Amino acid sequence: MRTALVIARREILAYFISPIAYLVSAMFLLISGFLFSLILIQSQQASMDGLFLNVTVVLIFIAPLLTMRLLADEQKSGTLEILLTAPVRDWEVVVGKYLAAMALFGIMLLCTLYYPIILWRIGGNPDWGPVLTGYLGIILLSSAMFAIGTFTSSVTENQIVAAVLGFGILLLLWLIDAAGNLATEATDVLRYISLPSHYNDFARGAITIEDVVYYLSVTFVALFLATRSLESRRYR
Amino acid sequence: MIEVVGLTKRYGDVTVVDDVSFTVARGEVLGFLGPNGAGKTTTMRMLTGYLPATSGTVTIAGHDVMTDPLNARRQIGYLPEGVPLYTEMTVSGYLDHMARLRNLPNRPEAIERAMELVHLAYRAHDRIGKLSKGQRQRVGLAQALLHNPDVLILDEPTVGLDPRQIIEVRELIRELGATRTVILSTHILPEVSMLCNRVVIIKKGAVVAVDTPAGLTARLQGAERIELQTATSPVDVTRFYSIPGVTNATEQTPGHILIETDSSREVRPDIAKLAVDAQWNLLEMRKITLSLEAIFLELTTQEDPIENVTESADEDAVSTDTIPTEQERA
Repeated sequence: MRTALVIARREILAYFISPIAYLVSAMFLLISGFLFSLILIQSQQASMDGLFLNVTVVLIFIAPLLTMRLLADEQKSGTLEILLTAPVRDWEVVVGKYLAAMALFGIMLLCTLYYPIILWRIGGNPDWGPVLTGYLGIILLSSAMFAIGTFTSSVTENQIVAAVLGFGILLLLWLIDAAGNLATEATDVLRYISLPSHYNDFARGAITIEDVVYYLSVTFVALFLATRSLESRRYR
Repeated sequence: MIEVVGLTKRYGDVTVVDDVSFTVARGEVLGFLGPNGAGKTTTMRMLTGYLPATSGTVTIAGHDVMTDPLNARRQIGYLPEGVPLYTEMTVSGYLDHMARLRNLPNRPEAIERAMELVHLAYRAHDRIGKLSKGQRQRVGLAQALLHNPDVLILDEPTVGLDPRQIIEVRELIRELGATRTVILSTHILPEVSMLCNRVVIIKKGAVVAVDTPAGLTARLQGAERIELQTATSPVDVTRFYSIPGVTNATEQTPGHILIETDSSREVRPDIAKLAVDAQWNLLEMRKITLSLEAIFLELTTQEDPIENVTESADEDAVSTDTIPTEQERA
C-alpha cells in the first residue's frame, strides 16, 4: 500500500503540471457554480439535492477525462517498463493511479464546500443530513466511475480510446435501467446494475448498506479488472 | 549472479527467443550481441521479469524473476530500450520518486550519489523533457543505479548518442562493471570488445556463440592468413610448404597469393627470404586478422557458422579491408 501511495503522489504532481487537471477543475466549478445559483434562485430553497443530481451527470464527462491518461500514457511512453521492473506489484500501480484521480476530484469537491456555507450564511436553514449524505454519495459514485475510467485506461495505450470507452461504459450504466421498461422481469436486475439508481437514497438523506456495497463492489471489480488487464499486457 | 536456463519466448508460432542459456558471474560484464530483431530486447525484458518467458527460468542472485519477482527486482538496475522517463518531472524530482518507489532509507544521499555517478548533478533541477538525448540516457542510468544494485541490465545503452556521449557512457559502464554484474545489449561491435569480459552472440533468438572477445577471435580465426602480392606470376606455391608452420598456399589471382599458417610461429621473415631467393619481386605482404565485425557477420549471416568459417562470408555486407572476399579465398 505504501508503494501505491508513492505512485499516487507522483500522479497528483503530474496532474498539477498538466493543463488538463486545471481545465477540468475549472469547468467543473464553473458548471456546478452555475447550477447551484440557478437552482437556488429558481427554487428559493436552502437545499442541495438538485445540485447533487446534476453533478452526478457532470461526472460522466469528468471521470473519463481525469482517468484517461493514468495507465494509457504509461504504456504509450514506455515508462510502465521502468515502473513494473521496480519492486512494485501490479495492483499497487492500479490503486495508486486510481487514488490520484480520486484525490484530485476530492480537491474539486472541497472547492464546492462554499455552496452549503452560502446557504447557511444567507439565512436559509439547510437540512444538513441530505447535504452530508449527498456529498458521501457523490464520493462513492465517483469512486465507482473513476475506477471504471482507470480500467479503460489500462486496456489501451491511446488516451482518446480510453476516454471514449470509459464514457461509453458510464453512459450505458447510466441508462441501462431504462431497458427495464421493455422487459419487466429484468427491471430489478437492471435497476440494480445502473449507476444512478443507487444515488437516489443518498439524495434523500438516507445511507443504505445496499447502495454503499454496490458502489464499493463496482470500484473493486473495476480495479481488479484493471490489474488483470495490466498483467495481460504481457501476453499481447 | 545471473543464471538463465532454457529461456524461450513464443508468440503463437513465432519463436522470438529460442532456448537461451548462459550464466554471468559477479563482477563480469556480459555483452549481448545480435543484429536488430534477433531478440535482444525480448531477452532483456524476460531477464527483468517484465515479460514472462514461455519456458525456461531466470535467476538473479538466487531469486527467480517469476516466482520471487520483488526480491529479484530489488537486485536489478534496468535501463530499458529507448529510456522511457516522465518528461514533465525534474531530474531530482524523478530520482526522488524512484527512490521512494524503491523505499530507499536515505533518499537525498542516494539521489546525490546516483547523480554524481552519471555526472548530472548540474542539471538536477531541469525538466527531463528539456535534456538532450545523452543526458536523458544518463538520467536512465542514474535511475538504474539509485539503489546500488548488484546487477545492471542495460538495453542498448549507447544507441542514439553522439560520439562524445558514447565515450562518456562507455567509460561509465566500464567504471560500474568493475564492481557489479553487467549485461548490456548492443549491435555496436567495438563496444563489446571494449567493455565486455564475455560475449553472447544471438541470431534469430538462438545463441550461436558464447566466449570472451579474444577467445571468439582466436577460435574463429583458427589459422592465420598472410596475403602476398608479387610482380612475378605464376609462382610455384609448393615452395612455401618448405617453411615450417605453413599449412596451405594458393595463388588466388595472378600475383596474389594467400598463405595459411597454423599460427605456431612467425613465418613472415621466412616468406620474405623465400621470395627474395626465388626472385619473385615481392610487392606487399599483409597479415589478415579477422575483426570482431567479420566474426559477427560470419556468425549471423551464415547457415552453419562455426564449422564453415572459412567457406564463405556475405560479400555484400563485409568490408573488404578486414576480411578476404569470396573470390580471394575461392
